Amino acid sequence: MLERGEVANSWRRERWDSLRLLTPNWQSRLPGLSYDGPDPDGYMTAGEVSDLIERFAAVSRAPVRTGAAVTSVRQSGDGYLVTTGDGELAARAVVIASGACNRPAVPAFAGEVPASVEQLTPFDYRDPGKLPDGGVLVVGASATGVQLAAELQRSGRPVTLSVGEHVRLPRLYRGRDVLWWMETAGVWDQRYDELDDLARARRLPSPQLVGTPERTTLDLNALTAMGVELVGRWAMTRDGRALFSGGLRNMFSLADLKLRRLLDTFDEWALTSGRDAEFSPPERLEPTRAPESSRLQLDLGSGEIRSIVWTTGFRPDYSYLGVPVVDAKGQLRHEGGVVGSPGLYALGLPVLRRRKSTFICGIEDDAREVTDHLAGYLAGR
Amino acid sequence: MTTVTNGVNVQALLDAREVLKGAPEAAQFTWRASATWQNGVHSQIKVDSFFGLGEEKAHKQESVFEADHPEIFAATDKGITPIEYLIVGLASCLTAGVASVAENRGIQLRSVTSTVEGAHDIRGILGADSDVRNGYNDIKVTFNIDADASQEDIEALVAQSQKRSAVYDALANPTNVTVEVAPK
Repeated sequence: MLERGEVANSWRRERWDSLRLLTPNWQSRLPGLSYDGPDPDGYMTAGEVSDLIERFAAVSRAPVRTGAAVTSVRQSGDGYLVTTGDGELAARAVVIASGACNRPAVPAFAGEVPASVEQLTPFDYRDPGKLPDGGVLVVGASATGVQLAAELQRSGRPVTLSVGEHVRLPRLYRGRDVLWWMETAGVWDQRYDELDDLARARRLPSPQLVGTPERTTLDLNALTAMGVELVGRWAMTRDGRALFSGGLRNMFSLADLKLRRLLDTFDEWALTSGRDAEFSPPERLEPTRAPESSRLQLDLGSGEIRSIVWTTGFRPDYSYLGVPVVDAKGQLRHEGGVVGSPGLYALGLPVLRRRKSTFICGIEDDAREVTDHLAGYLAGR
Repeated sequence: MTTVTNGVNVQALLDAREVLKGAPEAAQFTWRASATWQNGVHSQIKVDSFFGLGEEKAHKQESVFEADHPEIFAATDKGITPIEYLIVGLASCLTAGVASVAENRGIQLRSVTSTVEGAHDIRGILGADSDVRNGYNDIKVTFNIDADASQEDIEALVAQSQKRSAVYDALANPTNVTVEVAPK
């Protein structure tokens, strides 16, 4: 098991200070390691996640080789030659587990932003104090964007949030954590080969959730109530001005409709499973409140905006992979984690085999199936 | 799923999507219109051909549009106002989208009507107030749809139609526009 830095490296070095897991503690379980602390409904801080992973490395006695960044993987004979900063390895099979979030994705027009405006990605951001005083434009309203928008607004910096397609979720539904419903009602177990549109499911942005001890909902209505100004998707930059889409209302409609369908699924499950009486009555959230009219442009040179935080998602980095298995958009081609090149596998990618694939508790089922395939491959050679 | 007949060949569209995924160059279309000044603020616009799937294509017949301005603009009103052509395009594009999405989702439509209203402060084009923009300030579309579906499913049709609409995108999002004068 090759680790570029130390165990839980990205949790130690590529996360902001206030970040907590989106999954509650009871759900953040790994094979043979269930939560046994005093706060099952709480959410681990990034530091606690590092501890969890470190503990799992010890409990599972994983043969981790730290400080061994992989610089290339090439086919060699009927296996692979893996080059690391710590020497070469010949392997009959390789499992790519480097994840989907290696580089922040920043649109090309970031290059047209005036130099007077400071730009950050979630990899640079630690806490509001790192940003200049004054207005902040947060671009992207998925989990990272809504969390940073709330934190920056609370710090006294007026936040404008640019909103494209997003996934709206309440933190609690009918008295339970919404991710309890995702797991228990079977949504997370939906398999990749049963989904209508797998490509879409794999591109789905992270939900608007935050893990706080208060278990609060952090949707766009909550941000509006805090004073955050919502604008449409940042479409292009022209003459030093950011131009935003006028299609904000439909972004809200799409997210509200999808949320209603999801809650319908939960309610149906509660009825058919005979557990309906365990929960408070079904609820429906107020539709996302659209601003009277959203601003369509913002002069980036006016001084109103002093910094921009790009919370526009992440991309995987397969630059080390010398095997032709990456598509034109930089994504790994695979079928449920089985990559087209014999003996090459992947784990921990969005909807690899199930909707839960990228959650801590989701890896176990995927890993079992992928390693079964891998063992069969090695045995059959 | 029961068979629905909204008259949209969804299979052909889905097939085209698959083919064009692997052939992005064939997906590059150029739409064109040719305008000729008539008199005053009246012009005539003809549309007969376009470029797509790698070659010149002709419409089955040429379409001719008259564009003018109403008499309250001291014009001859021989056709609708240019800015009205934008909402004509928007209404037809969203309606086509509703029909296509309904077909794909197995929803039988009985009637689809819509009204588009574009709020326009004409002080902009008259140069009466430099803070007022020339174009629409707000566009509002109201659909009335009778179909074999719940209100929620109908709302989802309309939302999806906006998500995949060319004209909605062209109006809601900025587009680079180049206007040139051909050499004499």
